[in-house]
Amino acid sequence: MWENFIQELARTMNEIVGSLGRFLPRFLEMLIIVVAGWVIAFVLKVLFRSLLRITRFDKLSEHTGATQLLRGAALPSLSELVSRFVFWIAWLGFILLGIDVLGVAGIEQHVSNFFGFLPRLFAALVILFFGFLAASFFSRAALLSAVNADLPSPRLIHWVVRTMIILFVVSMAFEELGLGSRTMLIAFALTFGSLMLGLALAFGLGGKDLAKKYLEKRFARESPREESREREDELSPL
Amino acid sequence: MPDENILSDAFIHELINVGEVDILVGVPTYNDGRTVGQVVQAVRAGLLTYFPRARAVIINPDGGSRDGTQDLVRAASISDMSVSSDVRALRTLHSISTQYEGGPASGLALRTILAAADLLQAKVCAVVSPESTTLEPAWIEHLVRPIFNDGRDLVLPVYRRQKFDGLLIRNLVYPLTRAIYRCPVREPYPSEFAFSGSAGSHFLQQDIWTQEPGRGAELWMTLSAIAERSKVSQSYLGTKARPENPPSDLVNAMRGTAGTIFAYMESAPSLWNGSQDPLEAPCGGCQSTVSLEPLRVNRKRLYQMFTFGVAELEPVFLSILSPETHTELKRLAALPEDRFAYSAELWARTVYEFSAAYHKAVIGRDHVVQALVPLFRGRAFTFVTENRDATAEEVESNIELVCQAFEREKPYLQQLWDGRK
Repeated sequence: MWENFIQELARTMNEIVGSLGRFLPRFLEMLIIVVAGWVIAFVLKVLFRSLLRITRFDKLSEHTGATQLLRGAALPSLSELVSRFVFWIAWLGFILLGIDVLGVAGIEQHVSNFFGFLPRLFAALVILFFGFLAASFFSRAALLSAVNADLPSPRLIHWVVRTMIILFVVSMAFEELGLGSRTMLIAFALTFGSLMLGLALAFGLGGKDLAKKYLEKRFARESPREESREREDELSPL
Repeated sequence: MPDENILSDAFIHELINVGEVDILVGVPTYNDGRTVGQVVQAVRAGLLTYFPRARAVIINPDGGSRDGTQDLVRAASISDMSVSSDVRALRTLHSISTQYEGGPASGLALRTILAAADLLQAKVCAVVSPESTTLEPAWIEHLVRPIFNDGRDLVLPVYRRQKFDGLLIRNLVYPLTRAIYRCPVREPYPSEFAFSGSAGSHFLQQDIWTQEPGRGAELWMTLSAIAERSKVSQSYLGTKARPENPPSDLVNAMRGTAGTIFAYMESAPSLWNGSQDPLEAPCGGCQSTVSLEPLRVNRKRLYQMFTFGVAELEPVFLSILSPETHTELKRLAALPEDRFAYSAELWARTVYEFSAAYHKAVIGRDHVVQALVPLFRGRAFTFVTENRDATAEEVESNIELVCQAFEREKPYLQQLWDGRK
């Protein structure tokens, strides 16, 4: 009885040692992959940071208004964020590869999902970046045109243009990621539709005189006398 | 050789019939039927009176007029030895009109004139505005003679203008070009000017014509000539007529002036960002350039649009201006109308900071130019206020002070440009 017990124990111990013997090299392999991955990810981060500095990426980010947004949220510069993002994506990839080497059942599927998701994540980020660029450009153009045309509330026009483009871009990015795409689309359509309806009502009710004046000026030429009276105060700049 | 695509086959055929010429006068038009007849008659009289032996042609590139402008120009042709009302023509004077593709644009019209001059191997080419109702036959002589006699490359006009006319020229274009390129040309953005055939061929070969057509091409030609140290002179022409419908779009005017100068500075910084010797531009028959006839100016509107612009465009100005200049502008905008004074020094620094912002493209370059418009209104307000009761001499003296401020502040621009500040 005692001998049987000892034999079982020895066999179990042998199995454990055998398993450990099989597992430890894999674990070591995983550790090597993770550490090597960290080094590679760090090098990539440094490379990206230098590349973005050389290409004056932060200037571009300033133009898009992204820097101001990040500053408001107490976040580092966009080039720093992008290089950190590259670091984490690369290292996470290596960690998952390492876990895959362990041969734990079910992990392979998650690893392959992760790598399948990366192109979509990248596309969504590109959409967001260029969307912010477009939002900044068009809202600034609207602001300048409104100020130079002496229109009321140029900042409001600027804000509306910017918000609409950002909403549109965010909904596109979410659709690319496949996250609540339908909800985002409906939310965008509702916001856009209600805003346009609101503006139409406001312009129709509140600005009918302005609209009348604009349409008259646009389509029915004023008499030369009225025109010259309007020009009387205008300087000829050239 | 001109780019063959610029000129239509029919137009080339007409030009070939004309043959080589000594003088080509270009009159670019677009619905100028009310004034072009008078202008072309004056040009014709000028050619026949002062250059009766020269082979001459009037070329009219038209932007698509629908008011008979082209017919009025064509009617100015004179056959060999025919008799005009008061002068006898010794040679055929052709007057050719053509419509160029791309709609009305002064750059396209100018390019057509240059291409025609190149094809006809014109020795001198003059350009006159179809709106210059005060144009006299002698203007043609004043423009063309310095090229024939003195071998000048470019002749620019000097006009007598109402003291508040051409505020953008007097407060920005003249002081800026004078300070940057060290050449005191009073009208760098001319309506009437002349250039030699070789200068015309040189202008035609530049790549400006492939860029945005129509905006500031005349100014660009002036900048090109003075920056490359060509032989430039000025001729006093007399009173410049106020156009019946003066262009009131200040944004487009700013694009054509400040935008053109900034772009030219950017394209060839070595031509100004060093220690150039001054370039003389002698003026033939120059007199006072300021007249005092009354002109109503709405100063209040200028002031209001300045203060409105400074308040509303704060996020844009933060990207363009230095903190000191921005603070100073905000302080100005808070002042009441009667104490408001946008000094020449501050204006010069403002323009230079805009120029550096354009160079560094801190925001879209067209946006930089557009953002200068409300600030110019503030400067225009101060100029009008300072010179409200001024004599012609005092106005001249105040313009000179603006020029000197731009010259004094030029090292500041060079520091900004090179990133030393």
